[in-house]
Amino acid sequence: MLSHTWALTASRIRLAMRNRAFLFFSLIMPIAFLFIYAGIFGRGNRQAVPYLLSEVLALTVMGSFWGLSVQLVTFREQGILRRFRVTPVGASAMLASSLLSNYFLTLPTVVIEFFLSRWVFHMAGLGNLTSIFVLVTLGTVSFASLGLIVASVTNTMQETQIINQIIWFLFLFISGATIPFPILPSIVQAVAVFLPATYLVSGLQRAMIDRTAVLDLGMYMASLVGCALIAFLVAAQLFRWDPEAKAPRRAKLWATAAVVPFLLLGVWETFNGDLRAHAMKDLNSIREPYSLERTR
Amino acid sequence: MLSAATIEVVNLTKRYGDVEALRGVTFSVGEGEVFGLLGPNGAGKTSTVEILEGLRTPDGGSVSVCGLDPQQKGDEFKFIIGAALQSTALPDKMRVHEALDLFGSFYPRRRGTPELLARFGLEEKKNAFYSQLSGGQKQRLALAMALVNDPRVVFLDEPTAGLDPQVRREIYDIVEELKKEKKTILLTTHYIEEAEKLCDHVAIVDHGKVIALGTPRELKQRSGAVTRITVRMAKPEINGALNTLEGVTECRTEADDYLLYSTRVPRTIVALVKHLEEQNNELVSLEIAAPSLEDIFLELTGRRLRD
Repeated sequence: MLSHTWALTASRIRLAMRNRAFLFFSLIMPIAFLFIYAGIFGRGNRQAVPYLLSEVLALTVMGSFWGLSVQLVTFREQGILRRFRVTPVGASAMLASSLLSNYFLTLPTVVIEFFLSRWVFHMAGLGNLTSIFVLVTLGTVSFASLGLIVASVTNTMQETQIINQIIWFLFLFISGATIPFPILPSIVQAVAVFLPATYLVSGLQRAMIDRTAVLDLGMYMASLVGCALIAFLVAAQLFRWDPEAKAPRRAKLWATAAVVPFLLLGVWETFNGDLRAHAMKDLNSIREPYSLERTR
Repeated sequence: MLSAATIEVVNLTKRYGDVEALRGVTFSVGEGEVFGLLGPNGAGKTSTVEILEGLRTPDGGSVSVCGLDPQQKGDEFKFIIGAALQSTALPDKMRVHEALDLFGSFYPRRRGTPELLARFGLEEKKNAFYSQLSGGQKQRLALAMALVNDPRVVFLDEPTAGLDPQVRREIYDIVEELKKEKKTILLTTHYIEEAEKLCDHVAIVDHGKVIALGTPRELKQRSGAVTRITVRMAKPEINGALNTLEGVTECRTEADDYLLYSTRVPRTIVALVKHLEEQNNELVSLEIAAPSLEDIFLELTGRRLRD
């Protein structure tokens, strides 16, 4: 299985590099986000750059779920997956190659974002690079796995795009990736603590600003790993090669299993957590100079 | 059959909702044989092949390929088969040589990409994207991909559908070569000439059932379909006696030709020669056209293959 996975991974990386839409959404758009965030929202405030970069990194990582679900559904609808079914390639190798190729294609964007933050926007520190690397790795795999789940429960590209829009909207606006978590109304915050995206954003902010070590982000990491594992296993179970094969009714039930780690983390966070406190502290790290900049 | 069955299909049934696609299909294919499933669209050919390829599960009956169940777990079955599906699709931006390299990498035993490119006339197109290939080139690539693991059994589902006659002939040559290599080939087609030219045995399929089975020659001999004898004579026939010749069921005229439809060709010809001698007439030309599989299909179903 490993050799099949690597061969497919290499092939899919090559295909993605030739795809203009992929290059736009996975490279140009995240970098454009960085320029908008750091250049326009940051208004030259160097101290705000780590905070804004962590948001851009989270958006880059979260984008994985959209790209992978669309790609897999396209392959299925065009009958491309079907041809692989008469070969020894199994569903797990196909799905694992999706995750790996996506990961290897996301990493260069992350590195470019770091370089630009450092050399164009004069970011002072680099944060805890180990924590950032682990969060980016687990986040990319985890969100890509959610994409595989979306692909496995939808029957058409139209359905896929509708579900993607809803999920993306939630991730974008109530996770802290665009509007800082402490600014969100408390009722929205109560919902946001159940979203994987919230922990990714918060984890990256803590790693960037507080230089938080990997072990201190254990709960976040464990939830990302749990989500990735469950999502991968469910996606492999529900995998469909044929364009005309429909998702069984039980598929949507299975799919919800992938968010169980974050439901548990959300409950824990609601009663014992310190995400709110950390989010406020990280926002305050930029608030004053940021406000000064704005009032000039 | 040439030897022990490589492909066995027994009483195969398959239903899609209310539609009964296969209603007890039974046939077997010997090793090294080219076997054709001939029938109109919707007859059940593709369902049968896709069950044999392991792409679909049957509702009833049994199938085996080289003694293996296509639904079994593991790679053993996948290693021995090669398939060109009815519509093979690849990513638009995949290059020809990349497709062969990738699919070849899945098998422990494989044919080299340069060899396949040369054999299927794709050398000049090896760096072309899949989306840049013509229909014929795509089909040649699909066939090359089916052979990438040097399989024992090859499934070709409508290998020439939608291709122009020249490309179709190229595909025939490729199948002839595979035949020489003693590959067991199961192909589906609704082209009569394809089945007649390429297949050792043919099963005529209609409405999910095998309605006739045998070599193309056997099917024609077994058939009650009549042979057409086209005769041109030095002087025109005047008294309509050709109709009464032994074996003749019908006689028509077409310009200067007489078309005799006969069920007993040798006796009709003997009678024709005697008749011409008696009439002091001479034979200018004579042409015999045996019944085609199309005639047999028409006789069995009352419909033409492409109706």
